[in-house]
Amino acid sequence: MRFLDLIKFLLVGFVFGIVLTKSEAVSWYRIYEMFHFQSFHMYGIIGVAVVTGVIGVQLIKRNQMKDIKGLPIEIADKEKGFLRYIIGGTLFGLGWGLVGSCPGPIFILLGAGFYGIVIVLIGALLGTYLYGVFKNKLPH
Amino acid sequence: MYSFYGTWPWYISGFLIGAVMLTLIFFGKQFGMSSNLRTLCTMAGAGKNVDFFKFDWREQKWNLAVVLGAILGGFAAVHFLSDGSGVHLNPKTVEQLAAMHIEAPNGKLGPDSLFSWEAVKTPKTVLILFFGGLLIGFGTRYAGGCTSGHAISGLSNLQKPSLIAVVGFFIGGLIMAHFLLPLIF
Repeated sequence: MRFLDLIKFLLVGFVFGIVLTKSEAVSWYRIYEMFHFQSFHMYGIIGVAVVTGVIGVQLIKRNQMKDIKGLPIEIADKEKGFLRYIIGGTLFGLGWGLVGSCPGPIFILLGAGFYGIVIVLIGALLGTYLYGVFKNKLPH
Repeated sequence: MYSFYGTWPWYISGFLIGAVMLTLIFFGKQFGMSSNLRTLCTMAGAGKNVDFFKFDWREQKWNLAVVLGAILGGFAAVHFLSDGSGVHLNPKTVEQLAAMHIEAPNGKLGPDSLFSWEAVKTPKTVLILFFGGLLIGFGTRYAGGCTSGHAISGLSNLQKPSLIAVVGFFIGGLIMAHFLLPLIF
């Protein structure tokens, strides 16, 4: 991929980083407040993002839209399953509730200057590695 | 009521996050942040011993560019787009946090007692941050996605597996916030 191709992705990421910081979705406090149902803020963000996404995806599918290169857009379905989603999801949720950041915000908070997040990132990389090691022994 | 330099309203923020996801679809890709953790493992050489990491990480360059942009976006938002008026919590939340010896935000995104240089010097904080990260890395890969891949991308495409994963996110988060955090702090 050429440098100029990458720039457009960099810009999308830049907007994403700004929006997540300014909406405070990267805030440990906001996640705590969300899990205690003490504010609508986070539910509003996720809800509107999903509604926007559903409408957009439906428009893309119904109009058989093409992507930037003129190729038909195909959105892959997620693999069927139950255990991996409920167990993996719960483990991630425990981490999300503890350190208040999901993978996107881990990177965004690096830029925002939160030193402690470096340790979270190291843990997350090791956790990813451990999953790769034990993948075939886990129920999916 | 809202200011550009203060907290952005949920309806604008949610719409923009949806737009980011749709833009990536238009660029021929799928929005998902946790796969970058796998790519970073592969770049560090994890593919030598573990099959899961045997793939050409160059295919994921675009996503690493998104991550780099996100880091720069976080920097820009904090340094140029904030007046320090943000993070107005429910007063009840602030009270609960005080009982756990966690200070009120006063405009900060994260508590100093968890993320500051001083806090990182204590073994307990390091353990909390490390185990939190471990759960995030392991859990997201096991579930095949995180908030962006499942909650935003997956639900937008009406995927049942993503709904199951999001239910899991909340089971874990609720257990942590209600039962475990008071024991930990």
